Amino acid sequence: MTASITIDRNPTQQYLLRLGDTCLILGQRLGEWCGHAPVLEEDIALTNMALDLVGQARALLTHAGRAQGFDEDQLAFLRDERDYLNPTLVELPRGDFAFTVLRNLMVATLLKGLWQKLAGSSDAELAAIAGKAVKEARYHQQHAADWVVRLGDGTGESHRRCVAALAELWRYTPELFEADAVDDAAAASGLGPRWADLQAGWAAEVGEVLAEAGLAVPAASPFRSTGKRGVHTEHMGRILAEMQYLQRAYPGGAW
Amino acid sequence: MNQALVGDSPRARQAWALLDGVLDPEVPALSLRDLGIVRAVTEQGGALDVVLTPTYSGCPATEVITQSVVVALTAAGLGPVNVTLQRAPAWTTDWISDDGRRKLREYGIAPPGPVAAGDGVPIRLVRRAAAAAVACPRCGSTATEQLSAFGATACKALYRCIACREPFEHFKPI
Repeated sequence: MTASITIDRNPTQQYLLRLGDTCLILGQRLGEWCGHAPVLEEDIALTNMALDLVGQARALLTHAGRAQGFDEDQLAFLRDERDYLNPTLVELPRGDFAFTVLRNLMVATLLKGLWQKLAGSSDAELAAIAGKAVKEARYHQQHAADWVVRLGDGTGESHRRCVAALAELWRYTPELFEADAVDDAAAASGLGPRWADLQAGWAAEVGEVLAEAGLAVPAASPFRSTGKRGVHTEHMGRILAEMQYLQRAYPGGAW
Repeated sequence: MNQALVGDSPRARQAWALLDGVLDPEVPALSLRDLGIVRAVTEQGGALDVVLTPTYSGCPATEVITQSVVVALTAAGLGPVNVTLQRAPAWTTDWISDDGRRKLREYGIAPPGPVAAGDGVPIRLVRRAAAAAVACPRCGSTATEQLSAFGATACKALYRCIACREPFEHFKPI
């Protein structure tokens, strides 16, 4: 039971895992705010959103695992780092509150766009998961947008922190929309949209909020992160160590 | 609107009646029927089949609800009972019954307004004026403001009434 599992790398599986791991890893990062958020209401808000994301991840990993006979826990806790296919953006350490709400805005806007399209997926189970999740993503996006405006257009200190966080995060956004064979296969089979096709809508919505917040969109960078291909930053190993410790130490343990 | 498929047999009808007494563990003012999460109660090959739809993807009450349905129906001698969860069509607060809305108000929770057609949630990315007014469940005033988008559970937001100064929870339309 402690041995790592190896996933099949067919395009459908990769497409589902990119989405499921995005929810799983961001959910874990948001959960880290439990007991640490600046005010109690935000502590509750961030952990509630973590709960939604983990719930979405559970549904997606359960679905993705069926083809190979794995359950959600095996996929969540027994894969090696390179078999996690989330974009690098979501694995970055949680940073300060400005960093967290800016990243939430970026990811919730992406996920909302994906769920909207996926509600019409040729995969009925994926469509059902999306139909539920899109309602949740809308609230996550709204929450993040409210805070980005409040902090960006807030005090000198809150604005300075937003500018710094945005500069750091922006370099990781091109990866979200890089086209590849996995996306092409999903678009061809009707499984789901190419993430690249969502870029224009994403940029418009994120841009609207940044403009309202008085934050300039950073210049494009040639840097490309590679998490969706399973090649992660040093931060991924640390978050997986924390997530996987119990399941590896007490194989098959359950609540 | 709450359309549930209830089987023709006395056993299914009795189970449907009993589900009006099984309460949501997070909002114990509402029964599962008030909440509109019961999709079907039918008899299948000797067992009672109950189909529920989850409210939120990560709702931690889902397992408790499943368990309480089995316990309540089994205790009434209607077992064996199978409970399955069905995601599509996704649950919406529009399925909370009128009776449920009244019970929410009496319990001190402002019930959700109608979900905007085709869009799910009436959300504007950049909010200027106050969003749709939520009436205070205590004094009825619509002079209220949101304190936090999330409350004690994911399905509620925290508000306060400017007229009577009381804080209250609002069940979010979803």
